[in-house]
Amino acid sequence: MAASQKAARVGEETRVDKVNAELVTLTYGTIVAQLCNDYDHDYAQVNQQLDKMGYNIGMRLIEDFLAKSNTGRCSNFRDTADMISKVGFKIFLNITPTVTNWSADNKQFSLLFDENPLADFVELPDDGRAQDELWFSNILCGVLRGALEMVQMSIEAHFVSDVLRGNDVTEIRVTLIRYIEDEMPPDDD
Amino acid sequence: STTIFRDSVYVRLERLGFRVGEGLSERFSCDRPRFTDQLDVIKFLCKDLWTVVFKKQIDNLKTNHRGVFVLTDNKFRPFARMSMTTHADAVARAQPHLYFPCGIIRGVLSSLGIKATVQAETAELPSATFQIKTAQAKP
Repeated sequence: MAASQKAARVGEETRVDKVNAELVTLTYGTIVAQLCNDYDHDYAQVNQQLDKMGYNIGMRLIEDFLAKSNTGRCSNFRDTADMISKVGFKIFLNITPTVTNWSADNKQFSLLFDENPLADFVELPDDGRAQDELWFSNILCGVLRGALEMVQMSIEAHFVSDVLRGNDVTEIRVTLIRYIEDEMPPDDD
Repeated sequence: STTIFRDSVYVRLERLGFRVGEGLSERFSCDRPRFTDQLDVIKFLCKDLWTVVFKKQIDNLKTNHRGVFVLTDNKFRPFARMSMTTHADAVARAQPHLYFPCGIIRGVLSSLGIKATVQAETAELPSATFQIKTAQAKP
């Protein structure tokens, strides 16, 4: 797995400006708490809003990612997955989620999180619903979708389990929908 | 209605900052000696907390010794990469980026027992000035 090793090396070697992790955790937690209030604890809406915020971040973050990591196009979706976990997550959150559970057609995989800086010190509201309905770190799904869309991959990402809900692992399922073709600009006349 | 919109953005971001400030002061004041007075708290804000959040200390701290403090950051990090075609445009667009830090300051002070109002402005990017008026401030 030469490509995978290369990704690991790039992730290790890329130097980035660091911020305090607790500042990130606190700020993110405050935003989620505020959204829960805004939407009157309608967690489906909170999830959706977090995803949307992530999408907007992802579309910009990919630029920063490409400039910092200095990597080129991935040759297939397996390389993309390695790049996401070993370079992307490494330089922005300093973690390397495990890529696993590939589907037979190589179009679906899972990211397993041993640690999740966004969810440090977090407890979900004990209103009997948050445990079943809120995906606390849902912003990550949006980030992946936004970032990959900018490099011509249309994907779908969603959480399937979260240790905050009492599950054994935190897992995001990522599905490649299609590669986006270059489109001709609309005719002037 | 633009004023109402701007006010609601202010209230929202300032409130988020306030909560973050409360958390930060709790987290980063636990290993240091007890604060002796108000100025001590402000110094903690300028040195320790500013470094946690913006990776540098406040450049200048002025006070009238009657509860009013003016903090100047000559190279405020969120402004580092901002520019617009005209100066006035840039300053106007930069303003909302000061709301969240204002809240952080108020949150930090509040959790250390100081009630205050905080205002911020920028005359020239990337510098920023924060004015803190504590509850017992006298002109």
